[in-house]
Amino acid sequence: MNHMETPLLAFEGLHITLPVRGEHRAVVHRVDLTVPAGGAVGLVGESGSGKSLTARSVLRLLPPGARVGGDVRFDGASVTAMDAASLRALRGSGAAMIFQDPRAHINPLRTIGDFLTEGLVTTRGQRQGAATARATDLLREVGIADAPRRLRQRPAELSGGLLQRVMIAAALIGEPRLLLADEPTTALDVTTQAEVMAVIDEAREQRGLAMLFITHDLALAAAVCDSIAVMYAGSVVEQLPAARLHDASCHPYTRALLAARPDPGTGARPLRAIEGRPLSASEAGPGCAFAPRCPAARDLCTTDRPLPERTGDGRTACHFPLLAGADDAAPGTERTVRHG
Amino acid sequence: MADAGAPAALEAAGLRKTYGDFVAVEDVGLSLAPGASLALVGESGSGKTTTARMIAGLEAPTAGTVRFDGRVLPGRRARTAVRGSFAGDVQMVFQDPYASLDRHQRVADSISEVLAHHTDLRGSALARRTAELLDQVGLTAGQARSLPRALSGGQRQRVAIARAVAVRPRVLVLDEAVAALDVSVQAQIVTLLRELREQSDTAYLFITHDLGIVQHICEDIAVMHRGRIIERGRTLSVLERPGAAYTRKLIDSVPRRGWTPKRGATA
Amino acid sequence: MSAYQSVPAAGGRLPLGRVRALARGQGVPIAAGTVVALVVLAAVFAPLLAPYDPNAVDPLAVSQGSSAAHWLGTDDTGRDILSRLLYGARPSLLAPALITLTAGLAGTALAVSAAWLGGWYDRVVSAFLDLVFGFPGLVLAVVGAAVFGAGLDIAVITLSLAYLPYIARVVRSAALRERALPYVSALGLLGLSGRRICLRHLLPNLLPLVLVQATTSFGYTMLDVAAFSFIGLGTQPPTAEWGLMVANGAPGIIAGQPEQSLYAGLVIVVFVIACNLLGSGLSRRLLGEDR
Repeated sequence: MNHMETPLLAFEGLHITLPVRGEHRAVVHRVDLTVPAGGAVGLVGESGSGKSLTARSVLRLLPPGARVGGDVRFDGASVTAMDAASLRALRGSGAAMIFQDPRAHINPLRTIGDFLTEGLVTTRGQRQGAATARATDLLREVGIADAPRRLRQRPAELSGGLLQRVMIAAALIGEPRLLLADEPTTALDVTTQAEVMAVIDEAREQRGLAMLFITHDLALAAAVCDSIAVMYAGSVVEQLPAARLHDASCHPYTRALLAARPDPGTGARPLRAIEGRPLSASEAGPGCAFAPRCPAARDLCTTDRPLPERTGDGRTACHFPLLAGADDAAPGTERTVRHG
Repeated sequence: MADAGAPAALEAAGLRKTYGDFVAVEDVGLSLAPGASLALVGESGSGKTTTARMIAGLEAPTAGTVRFDGRVLPGRRARTAVRGSFAGDVQMVFQDPYASLDRHQRVADSISEVLAHHTDLRGSALARRTAELLDQVGLTAGQARSLPRALSGGQRQRVAIARAVAVRPRVLVLDEAVAALDVSVQAQIVTLLRELREQSDTAYLFITHDLGIVQHICEDIAVMHRGRIIERGRTLSVLERPGAAYTRKLIDSVPRRGWTPKRGATA
Repeated sequence: MSAYQSVPAAGGRLPLGRVRALARGQGVPIAAGTVVALVVLAAVFAPLLAPYDPNAVDPLAVSQGSSAAHWLGTDDTGRDILSRLLYGARPSLLAPALITLTAGLAGTALAVSAAWLGGWYDRVVSAFLDLVFGFPGLVLAVVGAAVFGAGLDIAVITLSLAYLPYIARVVRSAALRERALPYVSALGLLGLSGRRICLRHLLPNLLPLVLVQATTSFGYTMLDVAAFSFIGLGTQPPTAEWGLMVANGAPGIIAGQPEQSLYAGLVIVVFVIACNLLGSGLSRRLLGEDR
């Protein structure tokens, strides 16, 4: 990510506020992040971290009344300053979004075929036959075997997993350069999730597509992305190469999140809870937003907000980053598992 | 944890549930010793939640029986007095923390209402026991006085757990009880459930789609697929050496260190 | 590079901004509520407020326009219109209040019991509500008057029946949704009786909806009662009542003395609109942020 060329997507000091009962509240404090062409960045966070709004700001899909500070640049062009025509071009063929709930983003009364070909026919002037052929090819590519039949069906006749594949095909049909995937597999079963992620992976590889992958699942993000950015209460607190996540994470929150997430292969590794609950950006005080839950917090943490700084392989926003390889300094929350 | 000779806290046999032509659950049998903990794992449509609801008496089985300590669970429409006598047998914690509590009832009131119904506690003794239960699940006196809307998802789930254990049930059915919570909060609730189990004889039936969390709360596991239990055994041995191909696929699908998504059979 | 846009931390610091925020959010319902409250107060304190006896005939001041002595003028028998409007508020409000109360209580009871018990009882109740819903309230009231004779009491009874579905149908579907929530299942498992769950848990949670429905219905029942009196089947002369006043003043409109009909009609329209706005305001406030 240190190339001199312009990154495909860059958040530069992104700051978002939303009106809540007549008052503007911060939902994203500060995000500085780049996605290189063809690269994949995982934006990981819990509820209220602002990860979804960060992704939506790329297509200016923010709720009414939102105010954006800083800038989002797509291929060097400022998204916040775009006129209507450029924004349409960006949404049509620059970046495409896949949402968590496919059913909420598709007209239930239209057929899958209509949904997929509408854009090609109306805005690109393609012939219906050519558009249908293209849609059929794409459905096959995302692993839908009986594509011609599916094209005639309506959303209600498809399972969640199939519908999400249709959404992926719809995202690919405009030949975008960036995929914005907002928790695309959270609503799916775990076996379906693996398949849908594999489909996204393959499509990216064949096209050299870049991806901003929004998720709450660190392990999933690490598996499909080159780089991970962890968000907490509206700010990116740590960023590092995905391959180094387990060994080189320095932020207490990243460590705690890794320790709180059980996986089936690790035998009797104790599960460690983080006390308290995740804060939203507007609740964060003047200091580090994680300080109230951090086992390693000191006085400085409650008064000064730390800025991202280089730590080993990545960047960490922490006054007292944990050294790579050292175990968590969280004896108070450690509990051993008893196996009957 | 349970001695072999003890009578089963829960004994479900031949459970079957059909909706029209659709068979949701077929020939499911379960047995829980006092204090045992069994995970019922499956994906959506596997029949795990329907099984849980039949065991809790919220859904009438098409066939089969559910017994608690030898007594047969009455149907949903049974007389209140009869149903009430089973409150001490089975309780349930639901997935959605935002709909599990009456939104106009203060937290402490939701606990004391249940206690007043089932015990002779009144006045200050009732208040003391309520405070004790809420303290046990990690809620403060201030939170006890608030309405559910002032609490986070994790805190609401704590209230739901306190309300369920207030009647000291033989069996506690946890239907995806941590699925809607943030990762960092999930671990808190799992820890709480484990602590509570150490202090009582309540058996857990833990319904989940999340294989990762199972070993942290249950010694035993049963895997459901298309309405049937396809594999069961000790949690660790099933996770390490799954017998059924479906269980293997389920385990392999969970993202972890060094995992890459693979395409299975095309849909 | 584009510079940082400045983002104000909070909007609405200026007094003007505050006022505007208030008007956008709550101003309309507050104004509507004030109108409703003023009319109710006027009805209660009519004897103190009215400058004349509402039925006092003054042959020397027939069909006059506004003057210092009679602010809103007099009617065709010389009665003070303002005094008649103030006194007329009493039957004009009381009858709709009784109707709304009866329909609200009975409708809620029917709705909650039907949603809770389900089965054949629910089917019978729903069929009954659909049947009643098919009849316009006024038609039902006219039929009642034809059978039992004219009078406001007939209007109250028949319109109470006619307005049952307006409350009950909405509350029933809300009660069905509520009943499906896990907390209701949890309370059942905890051994609480159905009656207790309905009365102590379902009902309080449905009350805001009942209130919203009743507020809106209140305006419409007032319209129906006024219409009933207008066609001569409700309040009988010489009692002052708004609908009757509109009817009484009708000949005057042609004669160029529209005051009586105009003012009475205006009061009805303003009150009905106020009820509607208050209802939708309450709905946003009470039902919007429920969870």
